[in-house]
Amino acid sequence: MSLTFALVGNQNCGKSTLFNYLTGSNQHVGNFPGVTVQKKEGILLKDKDITVIDLPGIYSLSPYTSEEIVTRDLLLRNKPDVIVNVLDATNIERSLYLSLQLIELNTPMVIALNMMDELQASGGSIDIKSLEKKLTIPVIPITANSGAGVDELVRRAKTAAETGQLPERIDFCKGPAHVAIHSIAHLIEHKVRQKGLPLRFSATKLIEGDDLLSAELELTENEKDIIGHLTTELETALDTDKEAALADMRYTYIEELCSETVHKPDESIAQQRSVKMDRYLTSKYFAIPIFLLTMFTVFWLTFDVIGATLSEWLELGIAAVTDAADAGLTTAGVSAPIHSLIIDGVFTGVGSVLSFLPTIVTLFFFLSLLEDTGYMARIAFVMDMLLRKIGLSGSSFVPMLIGFGCSVPAIMATRTLASERDRKITIILTPFMSCSAKLPVYGVFIAAFFADNRAQVMMFLYLTGICMAILSGLLLKAFVFNGQPVPFVMELPAYRLPTARNIGLHMWSKAKDFLYRAFTIIFLASIVIWLLQSFDTRFYMVEDPAQSMLAQIGSFIAPVFAPLGFGDWRAATALITGITAKEVVISTLSVLTGSGDEMVGSALQTIFSPLTALSYLTFALLYPPCVAALAAIRREMNSGIATLCIMAYEITIAWLMAFAVYHIGKMLGFN
Amino acid sequence: MDAITLNNLAIGQKATIITVGGEGILRRRFLDMGLTPKTKVMVRKRAPLGDPIEIFLRGYELTLRLDDAKKITVQPEEV
Ligand SMILES: Nc1nc2c(ncn2[C@@H]2O[C@H](COP(=O)(O)OP(=O)(O)O)[C@@H](O)[C@H]2O)c(=O)[nH]1
Ligand SMILES: [Mg+2]
Repeated sequence: MSLTFALVGNQNCGKSTLFNYLTGSNQHVGNFPGVTVQKKEGILLKDKDITVIDLPGIYSLSPYTSEEIVTRDLLLRNKPDVIVNVLDATNIERSLYLSLQLIELNTPMVIALNMMDELQASGGSIDIKSLEKKLTIPVIPITANSGAGVDELVRRAKTAAETGQLPERIDFCKGPAHVAIHSIAHLIEHKVRQKGLPLRFSATKLIEGDDLLSAELELTENEKDIIGHLTTELETALDTDKEAALADMRYTYIEELCSETVHKPDESIAQQRSVKMDRYLTSKYFAIPIFLLTMFTVFWLTFDVIGATLSEWLELGIAAVTDAADAGLTTAGVSAPIHSLIIDGVFTGVGSVLSFLPTIVTLFFFLSLLEDTGYMARIAFVMDMLLRKIGLSGSSFVPMLIGFGCSVPAIMATRTLASERDRKITIILTPFMSCSAKLPVYGVFIAAFFADNRAQVMMFLYLTGICMAILSGLLLKAFVFNGQPVPFVMELPAYRLPTARNIGLHMWSKAKDFLYRAFTIIFLASIVIWLLQSFDTRFYMVEDPAQSMLAQIGSFIAPVFAPLGFGDWRAATALITGITAKEVVISTLSVLTGSGDEMVGSALQTIFSPLTALSYLTFALLYPPCVAALAAIRREMNSGIATLCIMAYEITIAWLMAFAVYHIGKMLGFN
Repeated sequence: MDAITLNNLAIGQKATIITVGGEGILRRRFLDMGLTPKTKVMVRKRAPLGDPIEIFLRGYELTLRLDDAKKITVQPEEV
């Protein structure tokens, strides 16, 4: 019989570690439909009939964040055969708060009590038998990173799923809360049964003022009135409001339960160690230098040492394969257009993107290290001040910083942000961080036009990018994401040793993701650009690139750029090819001006003046990123339309800013 | 000692939560994370740039912004 296990738990409880242990590389990362929330699914390594779903880390089943909503929807509608609720045993009080809500769902459920190694090392113990008896569901102690107890967990979860064994006791309330919950349950019982929803869950959520649920149940005004009345009674009786009343009810029950079943020190050994480490890592004077040093080391190792070396090797390999294919096609006597399609289109296009792969994988090695150890949460704590004005939190700092290296991993890294809203805003702002592929473009132009002001022009470009990101953040906050932001109330988890399996799987999943895009979207884009570049409008292959369709399109749109000072068709064409990869702007300009790499600088001087060159660079900085980054945006946003909107926005900003640079420059007397 | 808001609690000082304010998702978050009346909290430190703060409650470390901490009143323990 095929079964589905759903893993549910707080952030940092070790859910991914358990998921990875259970499924190995048999996993698939997708998205929930319509939202930017990730959904991981996998097949149990030891039992191919069991599917495991890893749900987002959440603290409650309230209907506020998209993570909570999708988890709720999945648990209510696609009912898994069993809920595996993962708890951090060293942090059991807060973890049980979610458990009490899950139990109300009336679905077979087991508790995986994780981090038992830490609890035991700290001299703590939990009376499992009595906890099971009180909660009326199986509780299995495990240590996810070593796998201890996991087989037993699977066995018990399977039994619970197969027998459909439900929690017997779902009632944790006393006094006025009890009265209110039961009266409301009675009132709505019929409707709830019709919709196939769990009764107790619905009743408590209605007291908490859950609008989603109230709409779904299509409650009449009369019913709403009665619920309102019962809620008010509860509030008066307890002299507090409904939300606090229910939270208090749950925590009071948990405190009692824990006082009877849990013996542990206030702080586990791992926590004590973390507090000591934080004396340096988040201290007033050392925190920021340590952070900068860490990021510098990560960048240096990724972009200069490891990633770059591996990329070079891969490039050599790709070149060798390309040459071999080239020779093979020649011997086979393949016709010229096909030959060109394969070599100039596919191999060159996909090859240039593929050579990024080692950099991305290396970067994600470091990022998962930062994330899994718990240091990423500290960075968020330390850097929060800087980002809150634009409606973000410190958690977005690292992804945006990575944007200066490469937008692709930066956008992929937003996946670890806990809120959908933050993920989306960060994805939109990241491409404004000038990525390293734009450096060759700046380099050539600066050498040709600004040899005396190198530093100033570079500064100008980087700062313009950052300012546009800030401006866009403010605009998004004011007009697009103008609801209440997800508050920055975040756990700082204890520092923990990451596992090789977690890091390896993370790198592998990012590599797979990137490869998939390289061979789909990027593959197609390369062919399209090749077609446009190699043929004229009558579909004859062209000798002179100036005759190609691409050049025609370039000439056609060139007037759009005339107000920015660079109406030349070659400048426009290079911007189009630049979409494949930013450094291609230069090679296109050198081909179209017939100048070759050495002379491209002097050739540019015939097309641009210093002022129009600056305007051109401004445009190149801000207009949509390369196709690999666009594909990443498409993937992470989970929406083609949103991606097109972002592109349109970036083109607009780029145009306006280049216009401003050109005209203000002219007014100031430059040319 | 008089009740004060959480943002004014001195570093290292322990206190008991009296009321939890805020609204919508913020309030929900507070309650879900265990910031309920009668809970004991201690301010661990401020971030290097002065904000947010790190607090210790229910056996774990939580960070929140000063502006949000203003919405929670606490009764400091006598020292
Ligand atoms: N000591 C110990 N560490 C664990 C255990 N389970 C997970 N970890 C570590 O805790 C950290 C967070 O785990 P992760 O699976 O990413 O948590 P998630 O946020 O719930 O997915 C990682 O560094 C894991 O290696 C455990 O049972 N014992
Ligand atoms: Mg994690």
